[in-house]
Amino acid sequence: MRNWILSGRAGLLLLAVVLALAPLGFGNPYHYDIAIHVLINAIVAVGLNLLVGYAGQVSLGHAGFFGLGAYVTGILSAHYGWHTLLSIPMALVVVAVLAFAVARPILRLSGHYLAMATLGLGILITIVLRTEGWLTGGPDGMIVPPIEILGWQLFGEAYWYALMAALLVLAVWLALNLIDSPVGRALRAVHGSDVAAQVAGVNTTRYKVLIFVVSAVFAALTGALTAHYSGFITPDLGGFMRSIEFVTMVVLGGMASTFGAIVGALVLTLLPQLLTGFDELEMVVFGAVLMAVIIFMPRGLVPSLRTLIGRFLR
Amino acid sequence: MLSDFLQFLFSGLTTGATFALVALGFTIIYNASHVINFAQGEFLMIGGMGTVMFAAAGMPLLLAIAAAVALAVIAGMAIEKFAIERAGQADTIPLIIITIGASLFLRGLAQYFWGKSYHAVPAFSGDEPINILGATLLPQSLWVLGSMLILVCLLAWFFERTLSGKAMLAVAANKDAAQMVGISPRFVLLLAFALSAALGAIAGVMAAPITLTSYDIGIMLGLKGFVAAVLGGLGSAFGAVAGGLLLGLMEAMTAGYVSSDYKDAVPFVLVLLVLFFMPGGLFGAKSTARV
Repeated sequence: MRNWILSGRAGLLLLAVVLALAPLGFGNPYHYDIAIHVLINAIVAVGLNLLVGYAGQVSLGHAGFFGLGAYVTGILSAHYGWHTLLSIPMALVVVAVLAFAVARPILRLSGHYLAMATLGLGILITIVLRTEGWLTGGPDGMIVPPIEILGWQLFGEAYWYALMAALLVLAVWLALNLIDSPVGRALRAVHGSDVAAQVAGVNTTRYKVLIFVVSAVFAALTGALTAHYSGFITPDLGGFMRSIEFVTMVVLGGMASTFGAIVGALVLTLLPQLLTGFDELEMVVFGAVLMAVIIFMPRGLVPSLRTLIGRFLR
Repeated sequence: MLSDFLQFLFSGLTTGATFALVALGFTIIYNASHVINFAQGEFLMIGGMGTVMFAAAGMPLLLAIAAAVALAVIAGMAIEKFAIERAGQADTIPLIIITIGASLFLRGLAQYFWGKSYHAVPAFSGDEPINILGATLLPQSLWVLGSMLILVCLLAWFFERTLSGKAMLAVAANKDAAQMVGISPRFVLLLAFALSAALGAIAGVMAAPITLTSYDIGIMLGLKGFVAAVLGGLGSAFGAVAGGLLLGLMEAMTAGYVSSDYKDAVPFVLVLLVLFFMPGGLFGAKSTARV
């Protein structure tokens, strides 16, 4: 019983039930919209958690992949008339190729140098998006057409909520399986000690590259879908602050906890909504909350809770 | 031709000197604690904006500058006292998030109290440009370069000749051993934050007449200072100054000879190339990993 609860399979079921029942509490399209943004952030955070939480490799540039995914599908469908069912996969391919190309030299670095390199990569992507105005519309952003399948337009918050909820369940299922596979064990070995893992015969570079590309594709997919959902994108989608938000979701929920990443995404997406009452002081309060939570709960929300529940069930 | 080159050289050295001071701030805190302080850019903002606001309140310029630097030092020490020290032995990533939280906090306060608009600080000794071989040099650039030189010399004296400076070097070399001979790492950390806040604020005041100042200038300046510190090799003071100057020059030359559109991209392209081919930075110690 206890093992089953702690293993995550129960969590997956619980997540599906919660996501299915949540719309009962939504009173208006605005609630749906916020929920969709929670789901979008949650999918990115679950992917990023594989890299940051399990493999122990920091990325301060993941929003760059998110933004690039959004812009590739946006540009192909808006300017070149591509069908969205083709332009979205193309966005994933472009981001996967880029992530794969830079993964080896970047992942040779560690600590602050790795932080610097990923930060630089993310910022470079946004600078290109902002500067190539003829293609991207520049800082003002661009309009993206909706997803269309056989003449039927994917429109309305309820449909989008269903799609994103299904994707989140799929992403969590993928992440849990990956973590329980030999790949996951290898990753945790890399996190523990890169050298020890190598000595034990683990090809650490290969696994790190693999997980870097996987987490980048998670970000690209959600970025691409966000573009078609909101219908309007700006380079800020891929900006430095967005990257920081994604990493914060992972740390806030609890590193190396897939459900923690979801909780982190939920809290960090809702926080600005709760702070709108503070108006001008919103940034001050946000910064203070960020500091306080990390200082007083360095392990994150979910691992702390799990320790409590584990103790209770014993 | 020559006049163009000189023009780019002057502007590159001026921005480079600012980056160098920011990078030195990163280096001092990094050496004391291995923390990368992402709030470093906010000290420049407090220096520039503080001077504008105190001057507007009727203070003479020199007093306004002193007050702004003091304000930045208080902010720096508060970050150390209430955030970094409480976080204890946190990992790299949580510490990065904490300092980013601190930078949002300071930026938010500046926006709330000082507003969102851009402000100009009057140049210290007039706007009459000096003509050198067809290129023009603003007197304020001399102020920027001069203050950087003086601060670097002061820092060198501080680290070589004073007990506090030597204590900081000792902690950077080996924290446990330093503690064993009676140096308080807490004191060193507090001093490091105060010092780099002062450096940042002075850099911010000096550059403000040229670049204008507003509540959000800290973001990009902070990031570029971090790039400069990494370029030179994290932890090396000489590397930080060299990295900053190199960065300023490369930016100015790219803007002048290639395209100004991608000026802001230069630091990040440069740092990625350096990290890919020389993972320890240009002047960093060749380190061997210990297991």
